This record gives sequence, structure tokens and C-alpha cells, in this order.
Amino acid sequence: MSEVVEAHAGHDDHEHHGPAKGLARWLFTTNHKDIGTLYLWFSFTMFLIGGVMALIVRAELFEPGMQFVVPEFFNQMTTNHGLIMVFGAVMPAFVGLANWLVPMMIGAPDMALPRLNNLSFWILPFAFSIMISTLFMEGGGPNFGWTFYAPLSTTYAPDSVTYFIFAVHLMGASSIMGSINIIATILNMRAPGMTLMKMPLFVWTWLITAYLLIAVMPVLAGAVTMMLFDIHFGTSFFNAAGGGDPVMFQHIFWFFGHPEVYIMILPAFGIVSQIIPTFARKPLFGYDSMVYAVASIAFLSFIVWAHHMFTVGMPLAGQLFFMYATMLIAIPTGVKVFNWISTMWRGSMSFETPMLFAIAFVVLFTIGGFSGLMLAITPADYQYHDTYFVVAHFHYVLVPGAIFSIIAATYYWIPKWCGRMYDERLGKLHFWLSFIGVNVTFFPQHFSGLAGMPRRIPDYALQFADFNMLSSIGAFIFGFSQVFFLYIVIKTIRSGKPATDRVWEGAHGLEWTIPSPAPYHTFTHPPRITDAEAHS
Amino acid sequence: MNKHCTGIRRLRTAAGVMSMLASGLVAADELNMRVGVTDISRQVYDLHMLILWICVVIGAVVFGAMFWSIIHHRRSAGYQAAHFHENTRLEIAWTIVPTLILIAMCIPATRVLVAMYDTGGEDMTVEVRGYQWKWQYKYLDEDFDRTFSFFSTLTTPIEERHNLSAKGEHYLLEVDEPLRIPVNKKVRFLVTSEDVIHAWWVPDFGIKRDAVPGMLNELWAIVPEPGVYRGQCTELCGKDHGFMPVVVEVMPQADFDAWYASKLVAEQERQQLESMVFTHEELMTQGEAVYTKFCASCHQPNGQGVPPVFPSLVGSKVATGPRDDHIRLVLNGVTGTSMQAFSGQLSKAELAAVVHFERHSWGNNTDDLTQPVDVANAAASN
Repeated sequence: MSEVVEAHAGHDDHEHHGPAKGLARWLFTTNHKDIGTLYLWFSFTMFLIGGVMALIVRAELFEPGMQFVVPEFFNQMTTNHGLIMVFGAVMPAFVGLANWLVPMMIGAPDMALPRLNNLSFWILPFAFSIMISTLFMEGGGPNFGWTFYAPLSTTYAPDSVTYFIFAVHLMGASSIMGSINIIATILNMRAPGMTLMKMPLFVWTWLITAYLLIAVMPVLAGAVTMMLFDIHFGTSFFNAAGGGDPVMFQHIFWFFGHPEVYIMILPAFGIVSQIIPTFARKPLFGYDSMVYAVASIAFLSFIVWAHHMFTVGMPLAGQLFFMYATMLIAIPTGVKVFNWISTMWRGSMSFETPMLFAIAFVVLFTIGGFSGLMLAITPADYQYHDTYFVVAHFHYVLVPGAIFSIIAATYYWIPKWCGRMYDERLGKLHFWLSFIGVNVTFFPQHFSGLAGMPRRIPDYALQFADFNMLSSIGAFIFGFSQVFFLYIVIKTIRSGKPATDRVWEGAHGLEWTIPSPAPYHTFTHPPRITDAEAHS
Repeated sequence: MNKHCTGIRRLRTAAGVMSMLASGLVAADELNMRVGVTDISRQVYDLHMLILWICVVIGAVVFGAMFWSIIHHRRSAGYQAAHFHENTRLEIAWTIVPTLILIAMCIPATRVLVAMYDTGGEDMTVEVRGYQWKWQYKYLDEDFDRTFSFFSTLTTPIEERHNLSAKGEHYLLEVDEPLRIPVNKKVRFLVTSEDVIHAWWVPDFGIKRDAVPGMLNELWAIVPEPGVYRGQCTELCGKDHGFMPVVVEVMPQADFDAWYASKLVAEQERQQLESMVFTHEELMTQGEAVYTKFCASCHQPNGQGVPPVFPSLVGSKVATGPRDDHIRLVLNGVTGTSMQAFSGQLSKAELAAVVHFERHSWGNNTDDLTQPVDVANAAASN
């Protein structure tokens, strides 16, 4: 393997140039590593902005009564927190990871469509500037929840909703371009010998995720376009008074929305499937069934959307279909969890920071899965629906699910990205602060939900006071420990100890065969695929 | 003596443990779903507990295996890694066993759901209509003269919400007039909305349904125990989503009949008011009551609103301009804004009073009186 590395390292010297200098490097770059870095920093910025909004919400909910904000602003905070975290933090972070890792994992020199790659990133800062600017407009920004149900988001929306619609269109365009690029790269740019069933799981999960994105982003674009027409051009898609149907909005939204939540978790499955074998020093258990499980989950995601709408008044047959279909998801998801545990079983485990986050992912994501199964039971869902039980459920799959996987990925690959090791002691401290913070924040929300607290309310009855106070304390612990994460990352980049090429004793995969930090151009000549570096 | 002391100490310890257990039980009550009072809510609770225990058992097995492995299969404990990476039999087993568990869960779930959808054979029907941000309850009867409706709005004073006074026991869960239904009767609820989507939920009955404009959703309940049951709107419906509770009072049949009769009489009196003429003082008193209930959440108790979304009425063009324009605006609302049409919500006497109140409060001082007949005329010349 080392000969290959040396061969192309030497090759770089005379045929390619390094990055341009200054701002131009970042504006005009078509390099997958630069664009990956841009995506990751953008996503972290959005994560902090969305986090501040969450803390405003939690500060207001610390005690009963209205303390800091008015209900109108509270609704803008919950709405924008959701939109920013979903579209601005989690999705771009996964695209950033795909940019960095997919070419390096399949032995490709870059993404298939580098200029498209540049465009799909640079759309995002404009999209989010537009969306966040609505908060400063007369009448305020989006205040109708991240699910923007009509007619609250059409007839009754603030004037700024038109900017919101435009921003969603831009985000959708960016996602579609990014997905096309990822599919084109994976299907066309694999090194000779890297067959589909030899690809790392992270590449597989992203391939499937990209297809989901291409399938559902246009549906979202359709939904917001219909809103635009209802608001400005006199149509009545969602206006009952004009013969339209507000419930149709929810069907369209969730036909996008349910695959969307898997878009935010499938790459996480991929990351965890990379990390656990490394630190268990044992190959991934059940590679084939992992691939089929991800594909099954992706397929099922298209036929379960109405489980978000059990209370809208569907006929009995519809309710039963969506209940049964939703429960089916537990089977492939269970297979994945069993496979991860079997990978750990009789391994030789060590618990560096990425592994800690990955193990926490398995445990806490499974808890989120259990509450998901409970929510699938339609008669019980009537009691859970739109309460804090749901808030607890989806935060368990998104925060210690998606976000923990992104943090784990950062610790796992940052030595490869910048050639320096993070501080293991600080990394572990960050893990424990995050782990405690996340559980103190979200576990009590199961209880306040079961006790009957509706979601999206700025003030609450007195019996919910204790759990809300606890939840707010946890939120501040979690929030500030992510600022600490920023410090750890900056410290690593500036003054971390030099990393080896392999970085982790048990790491396998093409990305570990190149030097640390990864050179600006890698695999300009395709590497030889060996059994040691690819699934066999 | 010594022995005696030990005995007492033991007793104390035992009592301490008992009280801890007792407080634990109380806490457990707040930790879990409410059992509720109806047959359906009990079935839902049982279903919830069944799934919860299944999840707890699966979780204990799965996490147990994982943590056992984490403790024993550590490199720091010198454990050497095995190299297996598949086991077909095991993989088939952990696909089939969960499938069987899921089927076992589907059966009771389906049974309860089918029972919930049995909406026929009702003894009475109430229409539940969501408004931004209050509920309207309309008692339907084939005899139109036995039909009446009223609004149910939050009564928690603004001082309590702003922490200026101590919060009462039913903070945010109290209304001026609850929905009243008789005990042990099958009551059918037709749930709909006037503006955006709301959701009507009474946890103790185990029923929740969205109130969707243009749609009628059905729910039903047979409540075996008299009492006051409290819930909330559960679908984000705008600014005051958190301030539109659902309160249902379940009454013994005789009490309910007496109340129903009194409501019918009150309805007749209300209609008679339409032809009366009031003094300035009467209009102001009545107008303030209507304003507080219907207008103050947007235009604020001091009339200053929350511009630009909710305009101020202090010295405004509408509240100091031509009276009939003011009446017509309140009657018809303003399309495309939160300003609702109140012609269907308030009687002419109430409309007259509130318009008069707005024209003579917070420094507004027009020299007119607004009577029910003026509202009728303005509506006619609409």
C-alpha cells in the first residue's frame, strides 16, 4: 500500500498546484476537501445559532409564567430552531462529511461534479441569511412551527413568509445538486476493484440518502410553491373556504418529511458502522444485512408518512395501514442495532472519544427508537401526539442520534483532515458533559409529555414545573459543552500533536492509507483495493 | 432502655422508607400517562403499559448484552478480538423474533382502535369549534329552539401570567364557562375550526382530534364519573396556542338538565336584548366584559395592541372615525389578517357594547352612543 501512497505523493509535486491564497480559495474552490470544510464550518455556525434559539426557548420555560419573551417571539424561536437545526446544521454537516470522505473512501480524486459542488455549498449562506433576516422584518419571521402547517403558514402567516419560501427553495436546490453529485461520484468514480458490496458502510448509507433527497426535495418545493400561490396568486390549495384542503398540506409535507428524518439518520448509521469496528478491532458484523437494512428503511420511509397525522381524522383503514407499516420499521432498525452489538461482542474494545460517542449513539438512538415504536401504536398516539413525549422522542433520535454521530465523526477523522490529534482528555470531558446534558434535557420531557404538556407552548400549568426546570438546566449544560467542543477543535487545528497516517490502530479503509493531513489532491491515480482496506 | 431505643429507631427508619415509597408512588403518578376515567382511556393506558414493558424488557436484554461486552471485551483487560463477522442463523432469528413481537402488539392495538371508531348510537351531540384562541361549544338538537352555543375562554388573569401575583391551582387550565356534559351518556363531539388548525384534547377521556377548518371530525366519550376534566389545545395555532385550555365538567343527569334549561332561557333573554336601548354606563360595563374576553388578547387590555400585527386602538382611525365603519369592520373582520369576523360570534347587543367601549376608552372620546339597533342597521347596509 505504501508504494501507492508514495507514488502519487510524488506525482502531486510536479503536476498539481496547491490551494489558491486568501478568500478566493474558498469562494472559487472546486476541491472536495475545501468544500467539505466549508460545509462543516457552516453547519457548526448554524448549530450554534439554532442552539441559542433553543436556549431562549428553554430559558422561557425554566419556570411557569412569561419571563423573557412574548409568545409571538417564542413561536419564532421554536420555528427557526427547528428549521435551522434540520436544514442548516444536520444536513450540511452530513454533506460536508460526504465531501471529505466519499472520494477518499472509494479511491476517487475528487467529486464527479466539482463546480456543481461549489454552487451547492455557496447557495446555503444566502438561503440562511434570507431566512434569518426575516426575524428582523416587520411582523417577524416564521412563527408557524418547522412543519409550517397551512393555513397558519399561509392565510395567517406574517408577511415575511414569502422570504421563507424562497429560502426553502434555495435549500432544496442545494440539496438536490449535492445529492446528484454524490450519486454520480459513487456510481462512476470508484477505484477499480471497489465493487458496490465492498464500499464502506458510510458510502452506502450516503448513496441511499442521496436518492431519498432527490425523491423528496422536489415534493417540499411543490408544497412551498403551492403556499406561495395561495398567498399571492389567489389559489386555494390549502384554503377550505376556496375548496382546498388544509390536510392535503400535511400529506404533502410528510411525504417529504418522513424520508427527511431518515435523511438525517442514515448517514449517522454509516458513521457508527465505521467507528465501532475500528475500536472493537473486529470487522463489522453482518455487512450485507446492514446494507439491506438501510435500503429497507429507505423504502419504508415512503409509506409511513401519515403516522405524523393520526389525529387529523383519517378513516380507520388508513390509520391501520400506517400503524402496521410504521411498526415494520422496527425490524430493519433492530437488525442494525443487533449488528452493532455483535460487532462489539468479543472484540478488543478501547474507548477513545469517537467510540464513546458511537456507543452513546447506539444506546440513546435505541431509546428514541423505542419511543418511536410506542408512537406508532395509533390509539396510544392519541395521548402522545403533539405533547412533549414527541419532543423527547425526536430529540433522542436527532441529538444523541444524528448530532452525536457528527461529533463522533469529527473526532474520528479530524486527525486525517488536519494532521493533528485532538486532546483525548478534553474530548472525553466533552463527551461526558454532552451525554449528561442531553439526557437531563430530554429524558424528563418524556414525563412532562405523558403528564399532558403540549408542545410549542410558551407557558405551562404548574404540574409540569419540575420537569421543565430540569430540562432547562440540562439544555444549558449541553449548549455550553458545544462551545467547549469548538474550543477543542480550534486547539486541535492549532496545536494538536501530529497524527500518524493510520491514526487508529484498528482503522481500515482507503482514507487511512494516505498521509495525515490528507494532501490537497489524493488518489489522482486509483489505488489498488486490498482485502485489508475494503469489505471482502 | 437501649433495646427500646433501637426499636424506635427501627420504626422510624421503616416509617421513613414507607414515606419515601409513598412519595415515590405519588411521583410515579406524575411520571406516567394518566389512566383517565373512561373505558377507552383505560384501554389506551393498558396498551401504553404493554408496549412500554415490552420495550423495557427488550432494552434490558440488548443493553445488558452490550454492557456485558463493554466490561469484559476490553483491550485494557487484555481481551483478544475474535474475527467472526456473520452468523446466518442468528441474523434470521433476530429478524423473525421482533416480527412476532410486533404482530403480538398489533392485535390489541387494532382492537382498541376499532372500538374508538365506533361513533354511532350517541345520546347527544356537541359541536366543538376552535377559534384563535378559544373554543366554542354548540349543543345540537333537532329542535332548533333547543340549540345554543357559547365560548369558553381562559380566565387566568394576566397578572398571574406575568408573575405579578401568585399563580392559582388551575393556572392556565381554567375557563369562564366549561363544556358541560351528563354522566354515563354517549356524547358525540363534532370537531372543527373557524380559522387555523387546532386540536381538542381531554387526556382523562383518552380522546384527541384536530380541529381542521372545513372538516368535521368525530369523537365520542362516555364518562362514568362526574368531575372537572382539563386539557389543552395541542396543535400550534398561533400566538396564544398555550392559552386556550379545554375544560369539561361532567354533571349528574338532573343537574345537567337543569343547567340545559337555564341556558335555553338565557339564550332567549340574550335575543331580547337586541331590541333594547342602553345607557352609556351599561354599554361601558358590558363592553369591557366583551372586550376582555374577545379582543384583549390581540389588542391588549390597554388598547395599544402589538403593532404592526395587532394595531393599536388608541386614537386609531377606526375607533375615532365614522361609527358605522367601525361596526362593519368588527362584523366582517379584515381578510388576510388575524382580525376575525365577529358577526357570528357575538350578539348585536354585545357588538354594540364593545364598539361603544372601544370608542370611549383609553382617551378615545367620540360623542356617539352605539345601540344594538345601530349594529343591525350597519349590518343591513353592508
